Amino acid sequence: MERLVWLIALMPLIGFALLLVGGRRLGEPRAGLLATTATAASFVASVLVFIGLLGLEGDERSVTFTLFSWVPAGDLSVDVSFLADPLSITMALFITGVSTLIHLYSLGYMHGDENFSKFFIYLNLFVFSMLILVLSDNLLLTFLGWEGVGVCSYLLISFWFGDEANASAGKKAFVTNRVGDFGFMVAIFLTFGAFGTLNYNDIFADTSVVTSTTASAIVLLLILGAAGKSAQLPLYVWLPDAMAGPTPVSALIHAATMVTAGVYLLVRVNPLLAVADGWVLDILAWIGLATALIAATAAIAQRDIKKVLAYSTISQLGFMFVAVGVGSYTAAIFHMITHAFFKALLFLGSGSVIHAMDNEQNMSRYGGLAKFLPVTAVTFGIGWLAIAGVPPFSGFWSKDEILAGAWNNNKLLWALLLFAAMLTAFYMSRAVFMTFFGEKRWGAGAGNSSENMTETDEHSAADVEISSADDVEVADTANIGAAKTVSTAPHESPPTMLMPLVVLALLATVAGVLNLPFVKSTHFLEKWLEPSLYHNEAQLGFAGGTKWVLAAVAIVASFAGIWIAVQFYLKKVAPTRLVELDIFARAWRYDETITKVAGGPGRRAFDKIALFDRRGVDGVVNGVGSLVQTGGHWLRQFQTGKVRSYALGIALGAVILLAYFIARASF
Amino acid sequence: MMVAAGEIFAQISPSTLVPTPSIDWEALVPYLLLAGGGVLLLMIFSLVGKWLSSSFASYFTFAIGLATLGSSFALWRRIGDEGATSTLSGMVGVDRFSVFITGLIGAVVALVALLSHDYIKRERLWGTELYVLLLLSATGGVIMAGANDLIVLFLGLEVLSIAVYVLAAMHLRRSTSQEAGMKYFVLGAFSSAFFLYGVALIYGAVGSTKLSYIADFLEAGSLEKDGLLLGGFALLLVGMFFKIAAVPFHAWTPDVYQGSPTPVVAYMASAVKAAGFAALLRVFVAAFESYQGDWQPIIYVIALLTMFAGGAMAIVQTDVKRMLAYSSISHAGFILVGVQAATDDGVAAALFYLAAYAAIAVGSFAIVGMVAAGARDSNADNTGESMGESMADSTADSNEATSENHIAIYRGLAKNRPVLSAAFMVLLLAQAGVPFTTGFFAKFAIISAAADARSFWLAVFAMISAVISAFIYLRLLVAMYLPDQQNTSESSLEKPSILEGTVVALTVAFTLAFGIIPGYLYDLTQEALIALVP
Repeated sequence: MERLVWLIALMPLIGFALLLVGGRRLGEPRAGLLATTATAASFVASVLVFIGLLGLEGDERSVTFTLFSWVPAGDLSVDVSFLADPLSITMALFITGVSTLIHLYSLGYMHGDENFSKFFIYLNLFVFSMLILVLSDNLLLTFLGWEGVGVCSYLLISFWFGDEANASAGKKAFVTNRVGDFGFMVAIFLTFGAFGTLNYNDIFADTSVVTSTTASAIVLLLILGAAGKSAQLPLYVWLPDAMAGPTPVSALIHAATMVTAGVYLLVRVNPLLAVADGWVLDILAWIGLATALIAATAAIAQRDIKKVLAYSTISQLGFMFVAVGVGSYTAAIFHMITHAFFKALLFLGSGSVIHAMDNEQNMSRYGGLAKFLPVTAVTFGIGWLAIAGVPPFSGFWSKDEILAGAWNNNKLLWALLLFAAMLTAFYMSRAVFMTFFGEKRWGAGAGNSSENMTETDEHSAADVEISSADDVEVADTANIGAAKTVSTAPHESPPTMLMPLVVLALLATVAGVLNLPFVKSTHFLEKWLEPSLYHNEAQLGFAGGTKWVLAAVAIVASFAGIWIAVQFYLKKVAPTRLVELDIFARAWRYDETITKVAGGPGRRAFDKIALFDRRGVDGVVNGVGSLVQTGGHWLRQFQTGKVRSYALGIALGAVILLAYFIARASF
Repeated sequence: MMVAAGEIFAQISPSTLVPTPSIDWEALVPYLLLAGGGVLLLMIFSLVGKWLSSSFASYFTFAIGLATLGSSFALWRRIGDEGATSTLSGMVGVDRFSVFITGLIGAVVALVALLSHDYIKRERLWGTELYVLLLLSATGGVIMAGANDLIVLFLGLEVLSIAVYVLAAMHLRRSTSQEAGMKYFVLGAFSSAFFLYGVALIYGAVGSTKLSYIADFLEAGSLEKDGLLLGGFALLLVGMFFKIAAVPFHAWTPDVYQGSPTPVVAYMASAVKAAGFAALLRVFVAAFESYQGDWQPIIYVIALLTMFAGGAMAIVQTDVKRMLAYSSISHAGFILVGVQAATDDGVAAALFYLAAYAAIAVGSFAIVGMVAAGARDSNADNTGESMGESMADSTADSNEATSENHIAIYRGLAKNRPVLSAAFMVLLLAQAGVPFTTGFFAKFAIISAAADARSFWLAVFAMISAVISAFIYLRLLVAMYLPDQQNTSESSLEKPSILEGTVVALTVAFTLAFGIIPGYLYDLTQEALIALVP
């Protein structure tokens, strides 16, 4: 059954092709149902391949299926072939599973949109590209999928392109990713130069052919690529803006799947990481940590519920980077899976809230929604407990693994990461309390809470200031500033939207069983992934007792985070501006600084370059163009239309040919 | 003398049989299909023509074309099992190279037969002669591809050409078509004479017209004085350069393409060109291999001239049919780069290019024909005037307003006919060599073959010319996709008929499928080696 791996990617491609041809004619909701069916079929295929792999011995769980030879030219031979191994199938399983649920959710969420079928065309194309990315057996095909998901992300962020902000958010994502893609591309060239092949199995078969310096260079470039796609420092700035897209897109692409591609890539090339110098991995771990901290602090002060979740995603991806950097690959994949469940759940939950509140995204206009949206509140609550790291929810187990790996590597790393985990618990509790608890700050009840209103105004003022530095923020400010009133009581979303929430909530609760730390035999995921990791997984160098202490500390930290949030947002023992610092709201001014540099000195430099381009490069190009035109006009005069002049041309040609050959001849 | 004669007569006594050459009928199936099909079709229509619908001839020709394609697949497999052979006393070679070209010509005949059906109906050119001539001409092309003897090659060339001269003049009521046929005929006869004289010179130098003999003879280096041989090269090249429309033997191409019926142009640009290149590759790359050093420089220069002059002339055209004619010249220059490499890779690249370009050319000219038909309907009053005009670049401007192929007619086409425009866009992008179309890999294969053969500068020039000629197609694309400012009237272009639509869809599918997955086609071309079996 493992030979069916090609079916996994084919299904969404068929869905895409059918919708492309007849999507508009199918209309709502049939176009969406078709797309959902295609993704579900892909999930079934993944399960079949998974069962097939389970039937094989551990070492044999790597099946290559070649469809056709794609680039057959000379030394560079690239096949379109799929690699079914534990790592790729794990990815395929959760990608297709989560995608199916989000497709289903979109049926309700996109209801009535004039581009309903187009949305699903993009969505299926995205799933196809993502599957190509993870199932490919060589770097070039992975890169093709990598670019494919990038394009889909761009198209979907600016899906409602009528709004200027959405369009420019899409552009920002695209441009920022190009920096990362550049790193990836150069890494591919270097790999081909060093190994003479791009096939994963061939590269990993013997990594001793490269020096550690070459391997370090390749890995550093791949880290740059991964940082672009997975929104890490220094390239994370696009993800908060990417929330301009429809919420299902944020859930699927910018939380559960695409942004984890960077982590996947680094785990995939783990034999290269093993050859690279140690400091490269340290850089990776510290990049992850810095991103986790900065994003977590930024999440504290956001008002837009989707922005909170966006910064939270960046922060959690930072955790995964740390895991890869300390060699805890299983923990990285484990957290990727649990994160996909609970973050998709949180995004879809926020979508349900936004849906109910007439597209209001500002949390300071929420409050007390638990009794109006019971299903959303319960499921969102489960997501909250999972991400905060409360046992027995899934997030606790995976985050604990990462913390243990960090402790094993560097105590300072562990301490700072623990702080980031505490911040996570705090900002998510804040979001939950502001949304579902407390007094309602919307509709008729809004006037009662004057304190909150003033606070909001203060905050909007800060936002306006930001927006003067950054055009992109304008729309969010407009969103927040506009005093919307909800005319009727918020109502719960339709069943197609609630069903995925419930399923994801279940998964977010129990996904921890994938890899329970109690005894060796419950390390299911670790044992399963072993063939893909080539024994590069870092072994924990401390006793089991230490592990329990670490877990206890982590639990204390997350409860501390929740307790502080309770003090600030439920009991209101102190004004919230003590924690919602301006510098946090502006995400440490990182984005603004980049924009200022790029818009100021950067822009002037680029103007100069553009001038050179106009005068120099374009001049040459246009020169060639006009030269060709002149040449063409000159040649035209020989095209008289008269047979005798044509015959003369042939005769002259014959004479020249004869003259040439006779000059070479020996008589 | 008398004794010798007596001996000969003694041999032919009733008791001993005359030794006739063994005939490998299986290998001759494609020849028999095309030639027999042509004759049979003529006979059927002479005898029972009035009871048959005009579509019959089209479907009949389509079936013959498909059968030829199918039989070449069977032959291909046979050669894989038994190796290349030759038949008819070694006159006709049966190798995968000739079979590849045969299949290509068969496929083109099938597609052109479908195109002709609608053209004949639209232009009210009742009669089956077009199909008969098409089949006979294709027979000549197949003979050229498999010829193992210069005389056979010349026969094939003439069978091919004479039928095409008539095809060019097929449109009786149009003076441009008459003019095209006349020009093609006069110049074709002129260049055939060069070719024949070249054959004679080579016979004089080597003492045989058999390619395998010539190859062995030259290989052995037993030629003391090569003046006659090299003179023969020059004259053979003139004949072949004329057929493939290389500069400066190209001047007929734009006039003939512009005036001839569009399905015939599709056939000329694809199958006739393929047959000409087959002859060039078979004779020069295979038989004259040991004299590479002498003929390669000429191909080098002609390739350069053809690429750049073709591209430059195409850019200044305003008539789309003429533009595509010049662009086909530029493509021929590109294929010559592969010929110049004179390696197996070069031959494979040339074959890939020929197959890719055949599909592109048939599809493009099919679309041009459809658009022209629509344009003619919308200004039917004006067309009469333009017909009297003679064709030439210098006069092309004067009648541009009324020309049915003028680029202005394509302005805003995408709005009225989005699907047709998208198909044309794919074909044009393929001509420009954009990735994920066959055009990209064709150019890539040619350039890498040239680089492997250490012709680096030629490879660089080929790349530059590809960039320049991309402008031609972009210009057309821009016209199609920019909104029409002046002409607000809806184009009266009808929906394409099923047959024309099928042809365009097939060529676009071929272009995209083998552009995304070039592997299969490339493997075929790699295996299509020339074998000169005595």
